[in-house]
Amino acid sequence: MTSFFLNGKSVTVEDHPSTPLLWVIRDSLGLTGTKFGCGMALCGACTVHLDGDAIRSCVAPLSRVAGKHVTTIEGLSNDLSHPLQRAWIEIDVPQCGYCQSGQIMSAAVLLQENSKPTDEDIDEAMSGNICRCGTYSRIRRAIHRAAEIAAEKSSS
Amino acid sequence: MSRLDERLKSKRELATADTFVAVSAKTTRIARRDFLKTTAAAAGGLCIAAYVPELAARPVSNALANATVFAPNAFVRIAADESVTVIANHSEMGQGIYTSLPMLLNEELQADWSRIKVEAAPVDAAYNHTVFGIQMTGGSTTTPSEWERFRKMGAMARVLLIDAAAQNWGVPASECHAEKGVVVHAASNKKATYGSLAGAASQLKPPANVPLKDPKQFTLIGKPTRRLDTPSKVNGTAQFGLDVRVPGMLFALVARPPVFGGKVVSFDATETLKIPGVRAVEQIPSGVAVVAERYWPAKLGREKLRISWDDGPNAKLSTSQMLDDFSRLSRSPGTVAKKTGDPAAALANAWKTITAEYDVPYLAHAMMEPLNCVVDLRAGSCEIWTGTQFETVDRANAAQVAGLAPEKVQIHTTLLGGGFGRRANPASDFVVEAVHVAKVAGAPVKVVWTREDDLAGGWYRPMWHDRFTAGLDAQGDPIAWTHTIAGQSITEGTPFAPYTINKDGIDSTSVEGAADLLYGIPNLQVDLHSPKIGVPVQWWRSVGHSHTGFSVEGFFDEVAHAGGKDPYELRQKLLANQPRMSAVLRLVAEKAGWGKPLPPRRGRGIATHFSFDSYVAQVIEASVDKDGTVRVHRVVCAVDCGRTVNPDIVRAQMEGGIIFGLTAALKTEITLENGRVQQHNFYDYPMLRMFESPEIEVHIVPSEQNPTGVGEPGVPPVAPALANAIFAATGKRVRRLPIRASDVVGGKEAKS
Repeated sequence: MTSFFLNGKSVTVEDHPSTPLLWVIRDSLGLTGTKFGCGMALCGACTVHLDGDAIRSCVAPLSRVAGKHVTTIEGLSNDLSHPLQRAWIEIDVPQCGYCQSGQIMSAAVLLQENSKPTDEDIDEAMSGNICRCGTYSRIRRAIHRAAEIAAEKSSS
Repeated sequence: MSRLDERLKSKRELATADTFVAVSAKTTRIARRDFLKTTAAAAGGLCIAAYVPELAARPVSNALANATVFAPNAFVRIAADESVTVIANHSEMGQGIYTSLPMLLNEELQADWSRIKVEAAPVDAAYNHTVFGIQMTGGSTTTPSEWERFRKMGAMARVLLIDAAAQNWGVPASECHAEKGVVVHAASNKKATYGSLAGAASQLKPPANVPLKDPKQFTLIGKPTRRLDTPSKVNGTAQFGLDVRVPGMLFALVARPPVFGGKVVSFDATETLKIPGVRAVEQIPSGVAVVAERYWPAKLGREKLRISWDDGPNAKLSTSQMLDDFSRLSRSPGTVAKKTGDPAAALANAWKTITAEYDVPYLAHAMMEPLNCVVDLRAGSCEIWTGTQFETVDRANAAQVAGLAPEKVQIHTTLLGGGFGRRANPASDFVVEAVHVAKVAGAPVKVVWTREDDLAGGWYRPMWHDRFTAGLDAQGDPIAWTHTIAGQSITEGTPFAPYTINKDGIDSTSVEGAADLLYGIPNLQVDLHSPKIGVPVQWWRSVGHSHTGFSVEGFFDEVAHAGGKDPYELRQKLLANQPRMSAVLRLVAEKAGWGKPLPPRRGRGIATHFSFDSYVAQVIEASVDKDGTVRVHRVVCAVDCGRTVNPDIVRAQMEGGIIFGLTAALKTEITLENGRVQQHNFYDYPMLRMFESPEIEVHIVPSEQNPTGVGEPGVPPVAPALANAIFAATGKRVRRLPIRASDVVGGKEAKS
């Protein structure tokens, strides 16, 4: 039995402690917004937050998160109000959309650490996330836009 | 007749040919749809002539189960709660069709756009592609297929709603109009919402013919409109095939042979069965299935399997051998696909001739969502959930394996986490296999492919070799062009062969983009070798154009330089009779600043390509570092795809196609050694990433022509524009993909 906090709620699962967090979240806890892309931390589709840091859940064993706080895309906001979600909608970033949960979760940590990232900052923070549909230029625009939205929000 | 009309006409003939109907009849027969009277399918415009109770009876939610639902045809339902459901008969794989199809329909329906929801169509002949005659998504044809039909379906619904209101008010329908989901009688200031009219409208008989709006009056088509699916794709609620969960469902992985065509000799599952959660290990035709309570034990269990394989006839396949074989093949002409003038005589009399060979590798589609399929097989029925581009074909193939009539097989099309052609498999490989697994699993089962399974799983874009010779006259203009192509046929041995392969054995998908060259070259020959190789191949975003775009436009650049011509000017000269491409080319050159000075070591390359009835030209600015690293700085793209339904989606598709093309140009190849695929995951099949992503500008040429393809045409010009830019920057000519540092290192200092 392993317990941790998922999107603020305490959860307990019976999966083997070596099971990757990705499959615990998806198969045992039924939250499917976090995606499987490569299983080797190469594509970023499975990105979640562990105590505020972006991690690749496909290679993080369940034992690593015991007692800690995990946030998935479902926990980012319950009403599409997060600046990144608003910017993503405004700029219509997604195409197939499969990688976008991971993109947004990576971008969320970037914005938390750097409220006004440059293109270079974005390159550095986002290069672990692959988008096969090729939405990179819109992701870049949307991160800049989300930074603006967040700034408007905090100043208002 | 325009090119498009000709193409549509030939495809209509294709769709009604006897053998094709045999396939369709087998696969699309409906149990009993007495009310669903479809007509004129072969003519392209499919009209549903009556109320469709089956479709109307499918409640959106329990709350609606007893409410009145107006379903005037198979494509739209309006409920008393004002919700408007558009039923999409094409799959959403990123190309935006779950937004464009509702836009087409609502241009005429005039419902409140904010009330529109989209639902995937079940498999039914009513939903067949208007040109191809089966239910499918591909060939960049969704908008061309549905351009007229969806507007008609919307208009039919609007007319009935207006009639219902007019009858209710006792006024002439001609005095009423509809706006934003409300029927209005201006003279009496009466208003009724669509939802309130749903019951009354359901009782009316649809009119035979409803006139459509003059395009000048469009209020939605042509306007940048936000995608309806974006909110669900930023909060984790979008449901892809891999996200489907069915009560009692098990998970399975399949161990497949390491060599294409290999077979299981024997296997030992002792260690696998010791893993907690593993339920069963069974041999199926494609390998050995490990069925477990969850994905993870199935994965661990598969690793513990000991399988003895018979590698079969492909055990010696190697890429280096194939490269030699293809090059040797191309030294003799193949079967002639196109011949004009007398190329041999023209070459003999030419002032100068040049020859070059081009190579491109096998490529995997590498959609972000690996293949997967959920099957619930019961006595007498089979329910399937998957992201597919090929509903009719998959249903027929699944039915055969399940031993059921096709109408007993239901397919729920989910969102696709990328398709690029892979999910339109003529053999339905990932669906058929999942039905086999369901047979041995004894419970509903989700078959999941790992990234490694997906990359090594075949069905690649074929490798191709292209050999060209051009003859120039004394003015440096090309007067002769011969092009010999070697590569596997994609459609040979599939049910599509009768429509794609001609009597001489030419697969049109092998020579597209080469045999239909737009440039006016008086003496031209394109011929084809189609070697048979045991590697399964398939359409891959832009199909044959994905190699002819690169080779033809790369060699054209060589011809221009050999004749001392500016590559842009020579293209314009030879496009004198191609006004649409000429205009696209002019626009891209102007926007890119063709001919203007560039920073040192930077070069500009230009390419055009006509595919899927659309005209695209691109200019790429690139540089090469001293170590051979290629940097792509800027891509300017111009496109004429007829009328645009949603210009922002057209832009997005060009942007995405450019990144897709750059990945192919710079990064990826599938190679074989001893019959084994050498690539495994994104570490050795790398994708372009954010830091390598250039600035992209897309310019759309305004047009009043009917819409043409958008999903694929952005891809073909990318690789040649980049190769030509590298030549301009370094003097190094790129003739094989992916571009290797060793092929471009050590060139001259760039000229501006």
